[in-house]
Amino acid sequence: MDAILFLVFAAIAVVCGVSVVVQRHPITSAISLIGVMGALAVLYLLLGAEFLAAVQVVVYAGAIMVLFIFVIMLLNAGVEAPGGRSWPVRLLGLPLLVVLVGLLSFLIRRVFAGGEEVRFGAFTQGGPREIGRLLFTDYLLPFEVTSVLILIAILGAVVLARKEID
Amino acid sequence: MNFFVLSLLKAAVVISVLMVSLLYLQWVERKVIAHIQLRMGPYRVGPHGLLQPFADVLKLVTKEGFIPSHVNLFFYLLAPFLAVSLALISIVVVPFGPEIELFGVRTSMQLTDLNIGILFVLAISSLSVYAVTFAGWASNNKYSLLGGLRSAAQMISYELPLALSLAAPLVAAGSLSLREIVLAQQGASLGVLPNWMIFQLPAPQLVGFLVFLIAAFAETNRIPFDLPEAENELVAGFHTEYSSLKFASFFMAEYANMITMTAITTTVFLGGWLPPFPEQYGSNWVPAAVFALLGAVAVYYARQAPRPKDRFTLPWVGLALFLVAGIFLIPAAHPLLVPPFWFLAKAGFLMFLFIWVRGTLPRFRYDQLMQFAWKFMFPVALANLFATALLVALFPR
Repeated sequence: MDAILFLVFAAIAVVCGVSVVVQRHPITSAISLIGVMGALAVLYLLLGAEFLAAVQVVVYAGAIMVLFIFVIMLLNAGVEAPGGRSWPVRLLGLPLLVVLVGLLSFLIRRVFAGGEEVRFGAFTQGGPREIGRLLFTDYLLPFEVTSVLILIAILGAVVLARKEID
Repeated sequence: MNFFVLSLLKAAVVISVLMVSLLYLQWVERKVIAHIQLRMGPYRVGPHGLLQPFADVLKLVTKEGFIPSHVNLFFYLLAPFLAVSLALISIVVVPFGPEIELFGVRTSMQLTDLNIGILFVLAISSLSVYAVTFAGWASNNKYSLLGGLRSAAQMISYELPLALSLAAPLVAAGSLSLREIVLAQQGASLGVLPNWMIFQLPAPQLVGFLVFLIAAFAETNRIPFDLPEAENELVAGFHTEYSSLKFASFFMAEYANMITMTAITTTVFLGGWLPPFPEQYGSNWVPAAVFALLGAVAVYYARQAPRPKDRFTLPWVGLALFLVAGIFLIPAAHPLLVPPFWFLAKAGFLMFLFIWVRGTLPRFRYDQLMQFAWKFMFPVALANLFATALLVALFPR
């Protein structure tokens, strides 16, 4: 059951991921990205990280992508005109892609050769209590540094936007 | 009993109750608004317009489903589907009562108890903005687009105070599961004051409750926050181009969202299925008394009703109410009937509040709406969260 669900949602994630790149319309690309986020959330759920799954949906699908779509709609971005491809791209694109995928899968197999296989349902430490404890003990410094980084980004955005208005 | 059979049975009960209340909520709203404005409201179809919802549904279903030629078909059709399914799904984590034993089967009066229940509700509510946004964008109409944009901005803004005001009771209860949140509100402080979140010592959540309620009005696009469908500015906002069943879906989603919001408010702030005063003071007999009183009013009013028709029908209504009161008098039925009664009473009162506010307040201006969210609600919710965390840390239970 878990393996079937994993295959289904992994396939959905991959298809949506390809669709993000292939689609001509920015809104459709954004929707595909939401599909990727949703499928990833289900995969987290399968691994027993239910808090992470919920946060994935709340933050990525519910907040960040809404802003993306909001901006796309506000700018009224239309269908992208397909640009003419240069001849090296046409000639070498597909072979290079195949080489890249092959190389990546080879490397992954090499690096994680001795690793343990994932067993669905074996991990039960993904609840909010455990994650909160880890965040405020072992990972306190990275957590705080990240939040300061985000604050700096917000301040930077405000400063840049203000210059335009004045 | 088999888990699947049990879940199916419970889902059937919840869905049928939900659908009937969705139908009649609209009737109740029209009636209440009408009486606030000194009108009669629906009166023609059935006694006191009681069959009006069915007439409306019949009309909407049999109407021609008209698709404008200039829309983006996929998203145009996706939007109402998304609206309804996301609005109906949150009810699965709401607990209506404690664990009960019925015909030898132990089960809880809840479809599923997720240990991230509150987060699930927040995730669904954060996704439901897509329905409105897509509807506005796919319609290819400037009014719809403006409605969709307004709705996206409004829902993102009000989601912050909503989530922050919800976080404070979670700190006090120490859990994200809705069942455990209700169980953390058991008992009474000072003998009589119920231990509900809005009264619970050491950190009463009165401020958090008000912030959550206001944000809930905004999240459900109700007056005074119904800017996405402000009819005197935007025709009908995001659903201008929708007709027949697709229009009905948006309508249904709005009411389903209201039900979800009132259910969550009841569960988190008002003690869910718990009675307002402890059982040993006889709170189990209150439902019977309430129904008996209503029956007595019906019978008394029947004697002096101005219309001869009412003189005949009202005694029967009274008799039915007395029968319900009789069922609530059976002590064996108490664990099954009394907790849902309290839950529905509280949620029903909040629902009435939603309608009452619609009949009372005018609409915000758009800049006021945003200022209110960011410069007032957000700081207040944040301060409330900090104060709650401090108080809970200082006076652990």
